[in-house]
Amino acid sequence: MALEKFSYDNKIVKMFAIATILWGVVGMLVGLLVAFQFIFPSWNFGLEYTTFGRTRPLHTNAVIFAFVGNGIFAGVYYSLQRLLKTRMYNDLLSKINFWGWQFIIVCAAVTLLAGFTTGKEYAELEWPIDILIAGIWVVFGWNMFGTILKRRERHLYVAIWFYIATFVTVAVLHIVNSFELPVSLFKSYSLYAGVQDALVQWWYGHNAVAFFLTTPYLGLMYYFVPKAANRPVYSYRLSIIHFWALIFLYIWAGPHHLLYTALPDWAQSLGVVFSVMLIAPSWGGMINGLLTLRGAWDKVREDATLKFMVVAITAYGMSTFEGPMLSLKSVNAIAHFTDWIVAHVHVGALGWNGFLTFGMLYWLFPVLYKTKLYSSKMANIHFWLGTLGIVFYAVPLYWAGFTQHEMWKEFTDSGQLAYPNFLETVTRIIPMYAMRALGGTLYFIGVLVMVYNLWQTAKAGSAVEDEPAEAAALEANYKPHSGDHWHRWIERRPVQFLILSLVVVLIGGVFELIPTFVIKSNVPTIASVKPYTPLELQGRDIYIREGCYVCHSQMIRPFRFETERYGEYSKAGEFVYDHPFQWGSKRTGPDLARIGVKSGKQYKPNSWHYAHMYDPRTTSPGSIMPPYPWLYEKEIDIESTPAKIEAMQTLGVPYAEGYSAIANDDLQYQAEEITNDLAESGIEVSSSKEIIALIAYLQRLGTDISSEK
Amino acid sequence: MMKFVKQYMETIAGIEIYPLISLCIFFLFFVALIVYVVRMNKNQVSFMESMPLDNDNEFAENNN
Repeated sequence: MALEKFSYDNKIVKMFAIATILWGVVGMLVGLLVAFQFIFPSWNFGLEYTTFGRTRPLHTNAVIFAFVGNGIFAGVYYSLQRLLKTRMYNDLLSKINFWGWQFIIVCAAVTLLAGFTTGKEYAELEWPIDILIAGIWVVFGWNMFGTILKRRERHLYVAIWFYIATFVTVAVLHIVNSFELPVSLFKSYSLYAGVQDALVQWWYGHNAVAFFLTTPYLGLMYYFVPKAANRPVYSYRLSIIHFWALIFLYIWAGPHHLLYTALPDWAQSLGVVFSVMLIAPSWGGMINGLLTLRGAWDKVREDATLKFMVVAITAYGMSTFEGPMLSLKSVNAIAHFTDWIVAHVHVGALGWNGFLTFGMLYWLFPVLYKTKLYSSKMANIHFWLGTLGIVFYAVPLYWAGFTQHEMWKEFTDSGQLAYPNFLETVTRIIPMYAMRALGGTLYFIGVLVMVYNLWQTAKAGSAVEDEPAEAAALEANYKPHSGDHWHRWIERRPVQFLILSLVVVLIGGVFELIPTFVIKSNVPTIASVKPYTPLELQGRDIYIREGCYVCHSQMIRPFRFETERYGEYSKAGEFVYDHPFQWGSKRTGPDLARIGVKSGKQYKPNSWHYAHMYDPRTTSPGSIMPPYPWLYEKEIDIESTPAKIEAMQTLGVPYAEGYSAIANDDLQYQAEEITNDLAESGIEVSSSKEIIALIAYLQRLGTDISSEK
Repeated sequence: MMKFVKQYMETIAGIEIYPLISLCIFFLFFVALIVYVVRMNKNQVSFMESMPLDNDNEFAENNN
């Protein structure tokens, strides 16, 4: 058969690889800043843009979507061409994919620091950027499918199945979770409210981990580990089971992020059951990856690339064992809202994603630049710095998580909370935060060593941008071998494959989401729950803008140690007007769900909030919350009030007809009330400042179902 | 536990069979998958396995 000549597009791979490194450095540097802000609260340098509530979303978005995102594209663009023996479908689409993604990253960085956020974790970007992401993702999928359709290899290797599942599922997740009603160019409200919003958000959040951080990287594992070890994957049979079991089970597990919350019980239990089942395929994959190195362990001793991959796969195994454990209700009761979760995700992020990316880059750069790696000694130094970094990062945080939980739930003999002041439980673990920052620093230094090493490698070699290759075209009239099975059939048919994987992931999603939407009694309504006043609504938007949810939850779980500290546990019906929900996932500060209840244990007068937000350490010595002086200078954006009220009405919040026209009158009135109250405490402030709105919102929290307003 | 869902689900005739059907579908899917995987042709497996290692068109691999 005649061989066709063509060339692989190495330039695009090189561009994505360089972008991976660049954004990795940026994302991890921001991560370091964030880590140090725990120890030195003043490290926002007096700027609103660099406060923790904004830098933390920047860190997570940069590491997930910029570092890992570009890593995915680099790996996919390299391996897809080779596995299919063809050039990428269209060079222009490749370029749009690349530059579009980098543009999104820059937009994301700017808007997140500017405080434009939807307030939903890992999906903070506002609607124009969401649309852009959807567009670029489609370009990626189009380019990938074009390539698959013009392939010269009939059968699709397992890595490509993972890429296909990644593409289709991320598209579904991103679109469903991003349904939002724009109010202005950079402000929107989630279409869902309260419990529904939480369920959709964590269905998304969990599966973003599954289909952005896991499945594409498993695809890369199935390609690059055999490449680097120069031997085939341990069991191709196992990889088939691994794939189908993983994509079928993963999608159901989202509700385990909401155990003991106001989410209906059946959904919580569903999340637990499927999370536990997930161990099987995850470990199947881990074993498959590790055993690929059977008989090559002598190589692992020498070769830094393989070392990185071994630790990456081990970290994958550890975090996928820990994940199901964390989803057990009894374990979750301890870990949720503490630093244990932060440690858990970083074993995954630093270990699995980070190390697999490094392994891939160390392998890829010499190949792309047709030379040897500049220094394998340096690569080994990087490996040890990184490994130590992970240990120093994770261990102190596990310790911190346990310590804090134990302190939260400890009662004295007389039945009082042993540590009624939340702050005590924070100051106790600051040494652990310092250790964590040290771990992060080690890891980051390792990355800088890699940058130098790869830079020198690139300098020594010369990149071949279009690598010549040849392969036979596919026969036009392919006759399947007799005795072929259905899976063999599906391996030849990418479009059917896409549809089948879509169906498999949709089943889980549909079963989870639809009942909460159609069955009203899943969210029992509470008659006394009223919509926010215009001032409270403005205050809530300031709360979202400043990223308060990053450190403060609004979800009291039904435990005695929580109700003693915070008050009555949270009910699903309390959140029906919350677009978006603000339950939070981490308590670096105390829960705020009932901060406004006057008879509550946490209640603070307006004057306290006023002083606290200006400098938290005046009211709470030792607090690690940053100060928010700009709230005392900025004016409440009252021009936006009518549009916001109307948007809420569209979303079904029962404000009276035509209320938007008079909403600002109510806003002024309520603001005056608060300023008058502050004046009685000797504080003179204009009623038009943002701090007034924020105080109004905080004083509202939890009051709906308390007997006293 | 399922009381929220139950009262609505109860009104659908013959609903008991739905979870059984879905369980069966996925059970059979995975059984079929395992049967297929176990019976896979050896040549076919080694062909698929070796796909990433097909180095004919690449220069300078494995040189670090």
